[in-house]
Amino acid sequence: MHMADALMSPAVGGTMWAATAGLTAYSAKKLRKDLDEHKVPLMGVLGAFIFAAQMINFTIPATGSSGHLAGGMILAILLGPYAAFITMASVLTIQALFFADGGLLALGCNIINMGFFPCFIAYPLIYQKIVGARPTRGRILLGALAAAIVALQMGAFGVVLETWFSGISELPFTTFLLLMQPIHLAIGIVEGLVTAAVVGFVWQAHPEILALALSAPAARVHSHKRLWLGLALFAVVTGGILSWFASTHPDGLEWSVKGVTGQEELAAPREGVHGALAGIQEKLSFLPDYDFKKPEAEKKAEKPESWPEISPGKSLAGILGAALTLFLAGVIGLGLRRYCSPGKG
Amino acid sequence: MVTIESSLLNIGYFETLSYQRTPLHRLDPRAKLLTTVVFIIAVVSFGKYEITGLLPLVIYPVALIAVGNLPPGYLVRKILLAAPFAFFIGIFNPLLDRNVLVQLGPVGLSGGWISFASIMIRFTLTVSAALILIASTGLNAVCLALERLGAPTSFVVQLLFLYRYIFVLTDEALRLVRARALRSFQGRGLGFKVFTYLIGQLLLRTLARAQRIHLAMRSRGFDGKIRLVRPLEIHLKDAVFFVGWSTLFILMRWYNIPQLLGHLLTGLAR
Repeated sequence: MHMADALMSPAVGGTMWAATAGLTAYSAKKLRKDLDEHKVPLMGVLGAFIFAAQMINFTIPATGSSGHLAGGMILAILLGPYAAFITMASVLTIQALFFADGGLLALGCNIINMGFFPCFIAYPLIYQKIVGARPTRGRILLGALAAAIVALQMGAFGVVLETWFSGISELPFTTFLLLMQPIHLAIGIVEGLVTAAVVGFVWQAHPEILALALSAPAARVHSHKRLWLGLALFAVVTGGILSWFASTHPDGLEWSVKGVTGQEELAAPREGVHGALAGIQEKLSFLPDYDFKKPEAEKKAEKPESWPEISPGKSLAGILGAALTLFLAGVIGLGLRRYCSPGKG
Repeated sequence: MVTIESSLLNIGYFETLSYQRTPLHRLDPRAKLLTTVVFIIAVVSFGKYEITGLLPLVIYPVALIAVGNLPPGYLVRKILLAAPFAFFIGIFNPLLDRNVLVQLGPVGLSGGWISFASIMIRFTLTVSAALILIASTGLNAVCLALERLGAPTSFVVQLLFLYRYIFVLTDEALRLVRARALRSFQGRGLGFKVFTYLIGQLLLRTLARAQRIHLAMRSRGFDGKIRLVRPLEIHLKDAVFFVGWSTLFILMRWYNIPQLLGHLLTGLAR
């Protein structure tokens, strides 16, 4: 459920990046205060563990498909929320850089979806409440299952919200929601079972390891208030930005519905940030075709706004220009490669 | 297991690519990181029906691949491997948005197909920019750049640690999986129960390794802080790289170059 750059608008990406940066800085500060130097190598190696574990696929019973671990819950259970959040963020960063899972702009979204929800919501509010200080096999199973399901549902909902606010995908909100939530219910159940089984296995073999994450509970009691304060702040900021969207374009939802029924056509690029940017563009650009070529284009009755419009001549120009652009880019690339070949240095 | 081995090889290959000595590799990692960010923002800021306006931006990956002596075929394969999510979300656009926006002779192209094409172009551009960054810079230098640009040190240290031990632990996982495969004859699928034992075992080994690493670090005077000491200097060429490309991206954002070229061409033909 990695969010992709291609489906994002800069406003959504930027907001989620800001939230992620804030949470990372907050977690880093918390960790520094803990001064638990034992955790530094542990976090690094456990991050690599999640990475390695994700590469092992298992067969999901009765379906024939295969799944793997997401890992946020296991990290939270073993490391506690702050260290787990930073570890998960680092895993997602590596995935974004090396495997192009998601993208750099979407990284903020992905860290929130797959790091924040398991570490700061599902773990403290569900897993810890159910398992408590004295774990048993049944409690671990119940806690991990419930927490993993909730975390994945929230993560999936995050993907839906982020996609919808970006407005690049045509999928209506409810359809996308109905698509994502059930799939992630199944994934969440599997994730919960795996988490419970692995944690149960470790708990049986080395019960003291689980005590590690539960250590320093004194630090956590008062820190919860701060966390909630941070969350509230985040909600206010996000809400502010969202309401800004809503106030400038009250017809966002309407537009999305119309998109499905096929009523509205050219209004789409004028929504939200794209609209704002397009507005700026119109104000600033003194050389767009409808000013520059006015005398020739006058015979066209309709007012050209942007490229998408029904006009054969313009489409032809667009395609020719596009082909020429790509050709030029290719030529420049070949030229550069020849010029900069290792022989020449 | 092919996938584990190939993933490892992939990461290792990126590392190898980043050791080259080309003008691109010699640039300051901060310049490359920031330019990549500006590029991605420029790409995603286009309207959802934009195709022609996005195309000139292809020059950035093309030029960098050329100058950085990076293998284009390999990068294309990596991009295709990452495509499914954007593809499956994007493919709904043609189904849902059936307004004809462009008429090409007898064929009418619906807005959905145009926005789908736009999504795939964005996807290719943003993903290639990220892959080029890592292939021309290497993770260690990217981490250094992040730290200098103000990312929390503990996050950067975590990234470095993670990167170092990915190789070790993936090897470990590979051995576990291979051992199981050798002993299971025709048992091809990895069942749930065996899977959890494998993962649990891997986790125990991981924890034991963390303990050993910790002791080794302690015995070398580790005090909870990791100091990253490596010189980074911004030279003129780094500034030129960043400012030059950024200016170009902004120009491309504002002027639809293919459209202008096309008008020029059709104007000449007339």
